[in-house]
Amino acid sequence: MSPVRKSLFNRIDGVMIMLYVALVIIGLLAVFSVEHRSSDPTIFIANKNYSKQVIWFGYSLFLGFLILLTDSKFFASTAFLGYTIGVFVLILTIFVGVDVKGSHSWLGFGSFRFQPGEVCKIFTSLALAKFLSLPETNFKTLRHRLLGVALAMGPAVIILLQNETGLALVYFCFLLVMYREGLPNAVLVLGFSLIALVLGTLLIERKMFFIIITVLAAITAYLMRSALRRRMEPRIILISIWAVCILFSQLAVPMVFKHVLKQHQIDRIYSMLGKEVPIEYNKNAEEGDEKKVNASEYNVLQSKIAIGSGGFTGKGFLNGTSTKNQFVPEQNTDFIFTAVAEQFGFLGSLVLIGIYVSLMLRIIFVAERQRSAFTRIYGYCVASILFFHFAINISMTIGLAPVIGITLPFLSYGGSSLLSFSILIFILVRLDADRQAMIR
Amino acid sequence: MSTAANPRQYIIQIIFLGVASVILLRLFFLQNFESKYKIMANDIAIYKKVVYPPRGVIYDRKGKVMLSNTTIYDLMVTPRNMKNFDTAQFCTAMGLDLPGFLKIMKFVQTRNIDVRQSTFMEQLSPEQTARFQENAFLFQGFELVERNIREYKNATAGIVLGYIGEVSVDMLKKERYASYRQGDYTGLSGLELQYEEALRGQRGVHFMERDKFNRPKDPYRNGALDTMEVSGKSLELYMDADLQSYAEKLMQNKVGSVVAIDPQTGGILTMVSSPCYDPNLLRGRDRAKNYGALYREATRPLFNRATQAAYPPGSTIKPMTGLVALSVGAITPSFGLACYGSYNYCGRPIACEHHDAGHAANFRLALAHSCNSYFSHIFRMTIDYKGFNNVKVGLQKWHDYFSACGFGRQSGIDLPFEGKGLLPDTTTYNKMYRGVWNSCTVVFVGMGQGELALTPLQMANSMAIIANKGYYYIPHFVKSIGKNENDPLLKKYHERKTVLNIPDSSFSAVQQAMQDVVESGTAVGAKVDGITVCAKTGTAENKAIVNGAVIKMANHSMFVAFAPREHPRIAIAVAVENSGFGATWAAPIASLLIEKYLKDSVSVKRKSVEDKMFNAKLINKYVYTIDSAIRTRDALAYKLRQERKHEADSTRRAQDSLMFVRWMERRARKK
Repeated sequence: MSPVRKSLFNRIDGVMIMLYVALVIIGLLAVFSVEHRSSDPTIFIANKNYSKQVIWFGYSLFLGFLILLTDSKFFASTAFLGYTIGVFVLILTIFVGVDVKGSHSWLGFGSFRFQPGEVCKIFTSLALAKFLSLPETNFKTLRHRLLGVALAMGPAVIILLQNETGLALVYFCFLLVMYREGLPNAVLVLGFSLIALVLGTLLIERKMFFIIITVLAAITAYLMRSALRRRMEPRIILISIWAVCILFSQLAVPMVFKHVLKQHQIDRIYSMLGKEVPIEYNKNAEEGDEKKVNASEYNVLQSKIAIGSGGFTGKGFLNGTSTKNQFVPEQNTDFIFTAVAEQFGFLGSLVLIGIYVSLMLRIIFVAERQRSAFTRIYGYCVASILFFHFAINISMTIGLAPVIGITLPFLSYGGSSLLSFSILIFILVRLDADRQAMIR
Repeated sequence: MSTAANPRQYIIQIIFLGVASVILLRLFFLQNFESKYKIMANDIAIYKKVVYPPRGVIYDRKGKVMLSNTTIYDLMVTPRNMKNFDTAQFCTAMGLDLPGFLKIMKFVQTRNIDVRQSTFMEQLSPEQTARFQENAFLFQGFELVERNIREYKNATAGIVLGYIGEVSVDMLKKERYASYRQGDYTGLSGLELQYEEALRGQRGVHFMERDKFNRPKDPYRNGALDTMEVSGKSLELYMDADLQSYAEKLMQNKVGSVVAIDPQTGGILTMVSSPCYDPNLLRGRDRAKNYGALYREATRPLFNRATQAAYPPGSTIKPMTGLVALSVGAITPSFGLACYGSYNYCGRPIACEHHDAGHAANFRLALAHSCNSYFSHIFRMTIDYKGFNNVKVGLQKWHDYFSACGFGRQSGIDLPFEGKGLLPDTTTYNKMYRGVWNSCTVVFVGMGQGELALTPLQMANSMAIIANKGYYYIPHFVKSIGKNENDPLLKKYHERKTVLNIPDSSFSAVQQAMQDVVESGTAVGAKVDGITVCAKTGTAENKAIVNGAVIKMANHSMFVAFAPREHPRIAIAVAVENSGFGATWAAPIASLLIEKYLKDSVSVKRKSVEDKMFNAKLINKYVYTIDSAIRTRDALAYKLRQERKHEADSTRRAQDSLMFVRWMERRARKK
């Protein structure tokens, strides 16, 4: 510990702030390119969304500044209080929320609307950090593990009741934090395998998937050959995992699709992935029905067209034909990535994804240098939330994940989203600035 | 607290990097290797706007516009967008009444979805257009859409100018239409078809961006990929628009045709095929409907009689018969024949109009009086001429002369679908008479009956040959293409064609005789003050076959002429079907046209003749009967053909199924 403490602004993590500002500026440009029309009288028009986004950025910086001025102990001490208030507001929203596209997740004050579920991520992160860093918490016990999971998943359940599935799914990212803090490996492996299995079953052709699973099993068997030779259990486990995967993908899913699910449900599942329903599941195929293009299927197709047509170097800023002419629905918010990918091509996408990954790795680096468990856990929470949003959002624009309405952090247009992500980052910066101070 | 590095942080970092890599990998393939998205992006966002250039304008010899383009407006309506709509005001502005308005609206709404634009009224009048444009802001949901169509000024010469229409699927398969696409317009007849390549121009392609509502917006890449359209070339015709409409007026209510040629150039001054139709009927959306109606008319206005109909020339062939006789040396101009009203050398007597002795005392007199005996005789003398040894050689020689004058073959005029007429040669007669025939058998040809039939164009061209004393240019309409007289398309029309080796003296004799026709012969009524007109009347017998019976019908009134004799400027042929003597109808019409063309106006004293021609209604009732008989016959023949085909099909099918049954049986047996 250095004897002379530097001033606050010398202690904040500049790299993180820089990456943050870079992302927001890319976001502003992207929103601008979506909103800009060649027929506009001036380049900058005050009542367009990009202007509003600039104002939101201003608010975010102001709020960030306030956060930096706050005592770092404040966040830990009010964590549970904030969480309680957050949950209360969430429950309240179910009843008084504004109906937006069938979900009751928005609160309206006059013309101003915000989504408590977005903001509640902050409270949940703080509360989880606080809970896990409490000296009396022993995360090795099942009771505390369940408590932690309940703490993280509580808001998700309420948000699910608000009928905002996408946002609720984000709360699963806290499993990653808890994994870091001692949840068994199996949870992670199981979780990932399940996701991979489900997506693989739906996205990859059945016979091909069978081959892939079998090859993976064979590779595992080769890598674990000594263990397999010595003992019986690993063999049984490996074979049963392989069998479960095969049964699930080759028998269970086709059975369910063919005999249990109704056609519209199948359509919905596939359209979320932006894929056409395979012929074998298309019960109306023989009747020669004209295929209705589902909304999300259309979105993903347009999104893929925009991204795919960007090519290696892109079409150039304000030259994207899909972006300019509003072909991609929701391009301001959920599909903002398409604007970048179309106009700046693969190189632009590479840079953008690079910045994201750098930011996430930087956050982990920052988290890991903390002495305070609270800050570390909180840092992991931020990284996980960012990761989840980033991965799902971009995956859904290229048809790797179902279309669930979650935003791309810092880029998507929207006050709630930008503000809550900014607050997440600034709280971490504030906490990090005091990492030398004391152990909480 | 764990101060040592926790291995799980690396696992989490690996997860982050792994997921990012998967995304990047997918992006890499999506953006660099899946070209279908680029194609789709262009498909949805780039709109290929095909710009059709204006079609070439057609001018007459004086620079008057005969065929040009005009913009018309259709009124379109999108019912969903109608807001604060004042029906009464709209009706007053557009000249509608309320029930009429409601009827159209109901029609529009039942046929189309509310949100789609559909036609409310087609081809608004200029007043309606103006009134709508004034009040356009009041009538939300309504919109004017402009459309370009052809406009025939004066509505004349429809059969010459032709018309345009969409290319058919069959046409698209042909090489000529390789650059066309479905929906493109092309000339379908007349000059529009003949000079399609020149008139059409080159269409331009403009790339526009469009938004998701399909509205075209900015030019794509600022028009860097666009090709500009090139306007169609204009055509300048030899035709005289005033003369043309005058001729059409003279020919109204008659069936027949007029062809007038400028012998100096071969340029066609007038071509009428009567009855004429208003060419403005055959454009725009009603073309198919009007075409059907015109097609069904008994008088067949769509049939170009001037180039396609073959008439027996009757006496109008006599100058040519004489010319050949003189040219081969069978007679001299002083040759005379004693005719007392009939020609008796060939068994059954051939009647002649004149009985007084000496009306055929020499060539001039014989032609002036149109003596049948004389020309029958000199035709026989020609083909029996001692120099030819044999009638078959003689007839072939005569055929060569006539063929050289353009008879029995297409002239090569710049109109599509030209007819050939009929010109008999030895083969024709060998076939007809099994080789046993002599000059008496074919004697009628000498006076323009029998196996000889000419198109009015051929007749007019033969006049040009006589006027020019032995040469002609292929008759044609177009003087210049896009102001260029030496366009390759016009090359063949600049070639001077010389007709064998006919001595000038023969021409002089014929011309002199033809001059006498007008001055003292059968066509005195065709005299034009101050102009030496050379002419020949004709009264052509003709027959029709109705329900298997050959019926002799009223004679065709024929007339051929050229004027002035000294410096011929017009050669003309007129045919008025089934109307009587050549001197009664065809001659006055031709002479009025000659006067109009050479003097620019018709003298007052001939007003009565003019009026008589204008008002004469010479379409016989039996035209309709014959037409319906012909159509019934054609329909029956078609039906018969279809039935035969059907029968053949069913026989084949029966055979096939029989074979199949046998094959099945064989198979069953094998098992």
